[in-house]
Amino acid sequence: MSVKFTKDHEWVKVDGDEATVGITAYAADQLGDVVFVELPDVGKSFEPGDEMAVVESVKAASEVYAPVSGEVVAVNDVLEGEPQKVNESADGDGWFVKLKLSDKSQLDGLMDEAAYKAHIS
Amino acid sequence: MSMNTQGRPTRMEHDLDPGAYEDTLSGSRGLEQAEPLLFERGSLDVTGVDLPTPRGGKNRLGGMKREGPIGLPGLAEPEAMRHYVRLSRKNYAIDLGLYPLGSCTMKHNPRLNEKMARLPGFADIHPLQPEQTVQGAYKLIEELARWLMVLTGTPAVAMSPKAGAHGELCGMMAIRAALDARGETGRRRVLVPESAHGTNPATAVQCGFITDEIPADATGRVDMEAFKAKLGDDVAGIMLTNPNTCGLFERDIREIADLIHEAGGYFYCDGANFNAIMGRVRPGDLGIDAMHINLHKTFSTPHGGGGPGSGPTVFSEALAPYAPLPFVVQTEDGALLRMAENESDIDGDDIQPFGRLTAFHGQMGMFTRALTYMMSHGSDGLKQASGDAVLNANYILARLKDVMTPAFEGTCMHEALFDDRFLKDTGVTTLDFAKAMIDEGYHPMTMYFPLVVHGAMLIEPTETESKSGLDRFCDVLCGLTDAAKAGDADRFKAAPVHAPMRRLDETRAARSPVLRWLPSEDDSKN
Amino acid sequence: MRYLPLTPADRQAMLEKIGVTSIDALFTDVPEAARLHGPVDLPPHQTELQVERALSKMAAENIAASSVPFFVGAGAYKHHVPATVDHLIQRSEFLTSYTPYQPEISQGTLQTLFEFQTQVALMTGMDVANASMYDGSTACGEAVLMAARVTKRKKAVLAGSLHPHYAATTRTTAKYLDIDIVSSKPDLDGLSGIADLIDDETACVVIQTPDVFGRLHDLTEIAEKAHQHGALVISVFTEAVSLGLVKSPGDMGADIAVGEGQGIGVGLNFGGPYVGLFACKNDRNFIRNMPGRLAGETVDADGRRGYVLTLSTREQHIRREKATSNICTNSGLCALAFTIHMTLLGEKGLTTLAQLNHETACDLADRLSGIAGVDLLTDSFFNEFALRLPKPAAGVLDQLVEKGVLGGIAASRLYPGELDDVLIVAATETNTDDDLAAFETALREVLS
Repeated sequence: MSVKFTKDHEWVKVDGDEATVGITAYAADQLGDVVFVELPDVGKSFEPGDEMAVVESVKAASEVYAPVSGEVVAVNDVLEGEPQKVNESADGDGWFVKLKLSDKSQLDGLMDEAAYKAHIS
Repeated sequence: MSMNTQGRPTRMEHDLDPGAYEDTLSGSRGLEQAEPLLFERGSLDVTGVDLPTPRGGKNRLGGMKREGPIGLPGLAEPEAMRHYVRLSRKNYAIDLGLYPLGSCTMKHNPRLNEKMARLPGFADIHPLQPEQTVQGAYKLIEELARWLMVLTGTPAVAMSPKAGAHGELCGMMAIRAALDARGETGRRRVLVPESAHGTNPATAVQCGFITDEIPADATGRVDMEAFKAKLGDDVAGIMLTNPNTCGLFERDIREIADLIHEAGGYFYCDGANFNAIMGRVRPGDLGIDAMHINLHKTFSTPHGGGGPGSGPTVFSEALAPYAPLPFVVQTEDGALLRMAENESDIDGDDIQPFGRLTAFHGQMGMFTRALTYMMSHGSDGLKQASGDAVLNANYILARLKDVMTPAFEGTCMHEALFDDRFLKDTGVTTLDFAKAMIDEGYHPMTMYFPLVVHGAMLIEPTETESKSGLDRFCDVLCGLTDAAKAGDADRFKAAPVHAPMRRLDETRAARSPVLRWLPSEDDSKN
Repeated sequence: MRYLPLTPADRQAMLEKIGVTSIDALFTDVPEAARLHGPVDLPPHQTELQVERALSKMAAENIAASSVPFFVGAGAYKHHVPATVDHLIQRSEFLTSYTPYQPEISQGTLQTLFEFQTQVALMTGMDVANASMYDGSTACGEAVLMAARVTKRKKAVLAGSLHPHYAATTRTTAKYLDIDIVSSKPDLDGLSGIADLIDDETACVVIQTPDVFGRLHDLTEIAEKAHQHGALVISVFTEAVSLGLVKSPGDMGADIAVGEGQGIGVGLNFGGPYVGLFACKNDRNFIRNMPGRLAGETVDADGRRGYVLTLSTREQHIRREKATSNICTNSGLCALAFTIHMTLLGEKGLTTLAQLNHETACDLADRLSGIAGVDLLTDSFFNEFALRLPKPAAGVLDQLVEKGVLGGIAASRLYPGELDDVLIVAATETNTDDDLAAFETALREVLS
């Protein structure tokens, strides 16, 4: 299973033709304590760069963009009641959305972990 | 001699560490008294007003009478007095000390203003009284309008906006109406500097525009090359604060005005910082088309813990025809002033109000206060006031520039902007520094705004501070800076420790919002 | 100049520290052509006494409501405000503080706002309320925008008997946001026709009760119909005192309740400042889409209960172009006046006050409708009602002024070109039996 990153601090984990999307620990740390996450409806489709979700801390509100195109097959409902999961486990329990990939080749345009680390340093 | 060993001791007996005795039985700490919620103090059968006993019997409610209790507790007058006086003492206020919030213009609020606003002839009149019974009120509105037009060098002013953001809405709606009247349906992009107040983009969007950010240049002003590159036939206008939110005058403002006009757009000026230039520079001479004036900043009407404000909006000739209803007009014979309240009250096709922003005529109570302030100062006093405001800010800048880090080179207007470079590697953040100021008895400056500067601290002293008061303030900031650089970060992280409350958990408030009092389970069973 | 502490010597010392020779030298960034060298063309400074004389002269040209038999309403009402209220709102710590951005030193404002929100929620029968809007009319406009956001729909239905200033403000507020506003005809009899305007595209239906003619409406049936179509019901009131006696918006199924709080604590002030009340149901989507500030409960570092402004990410200073509203400064001090007056009244006082208002209005309606040619048009009302006169109401009002009575508002002032013979009359606890008798006598004379 490979993990890819965007310059806007989303991560994408690919498993077959399904991709799990979240925000990076670095982004969660920059936002501060996350207090609210707005997730899309299952069944909605996105193109790369579309606003897919909103994540809010006490001091900031940020859009989360779709890193690749696809249809939403699941959302992390837990975040509705426990938005702190984004801070506690940004790359695990704090995931946002699962997408059914429509074009796996788009993944090639994203960064790998080493490139992302260089991007934020 | 006779020895008297009775009575109170006059000398401290021991040097005791108070730490162990900090907690009190009542939760109060001397004059800092704990005060529960009204709902925990009052009861449903107590009232603090005496009213006649209703006769009962008559009822024309047509079956619409409320059934069941509301749940509103009351307090007898002495109890109500204590509840609110105790609560009041947990607030900082301009009457207690320097309130250096940048872009908020927290100046002294003269009490003559309050007295005048309470004259029954102003406070106790109804907005829809017959017009012949409120001629003095119309005259006051007209007189204030005249002062505002003279001070801004503009030919028209809409008086009804209820606050600064409402004035912005007024100005931007007039721009939208003017564009629509020209048939310019393609002009929907509004240029907004990245240092703008958040109200600017929010307002533009409410008028059906989209916003496009202009970056700042290295001097903290509009990047002219970037601005020029953004001009085009889809541009509706620009929203620009001047002096800007970095406390700097936009030197190229005339050129900005000319360019936006040449491109077919309008110039909205956010007048939040008018205090820096009143009586010295007329925005009309700078080429603006619309600008709101915060009477609750520049003209000293009190902020009241968050309003009421008042945001009269001046217009150029180009936008004046689109000013909103209502407005004062003269009758044909000139004998009476009237309020044009509806489209049908207007003669001629050239006047096309974009609509109505509020019921009635605006913030009369603020008009009275602002005019009182203006007449007290006069043309000479207003000029001196803006001069002193700028002098005070520059004095702070001069005293602190070697200790803290100014965001930009050179002098400033009415507010001095610092960034957090001077705190680098101290472990102290802008927020910590601000909270430590609370322990020193000061309200912090504006923090983390404008966004163009890292860890921004924006200090606006206003003209109503004395030199000795500014010296004490600067001494304290120098001392805090020394403490931060000396590695005493814990003091800052813990601050405030001398305020009525320690730092509050805003995360908890937002994650599980409790927005009202609710009776506890036990109470509701009773 | 009495408000400026700097002495000439101070100024000189400060200029030296800054390193410039004059204050003018601090203005060199201003284009030379735009710098004024002399004073602007306005009078010079004046003493307190001079200013007081000038303002008092203007004030004396107005007829104060308390000085005559006074029956003007239609969105602003004359009520008695206890002396305690005005004293407390002039406490320096309330009057001269800013928006409570530093909660550690703003608990006075924050706790009173939390109490205000609770009182408004209780009175309206709703779950939550915000920390105030500018006034009732702007609250009404913002409620329509909120309903459009919540339902993701673009049509609002307004009752024709919604105060025309509220309707106009709402139209203006929504004007450039592609929200379609439809109104029923101003209807003196009730809400006929409005139900037919609700469809599956409707975001909200907006109904005022008591309406601009004073008539009370039960929203229950319309609410059912609206909810069947997925639309929200916005209940509007212009007289907060009515909530002490009549069914609350929450009792009748409203989703959002907005109104004018001026009648409690604030005073007439010739139209402003007033205080807009804004309340809604406890629904996450509703609360996130509410305009304006919210005070919320939390704890401090020592675990002590305290209050902060919360859910600020809805607001313009964080959300910028995606904010729920551009509102910033609202009506804090008027909200404080409202909440202090309400605390003094308590449930007992509010219900008594409301009852007195209703009884006075009933007495007046009996007196005036007994005059030949005068018909009472409002069969259910709180403290305001409409009369049909045998002559145009505007002229009658002018003649009443000659007789020293301010006898209400001509409906044609609010509905130009319509309802010429309709007079809207309000009575409150401030009207004595002598006032009612004076009005009756004067109206008889004018109409005879």
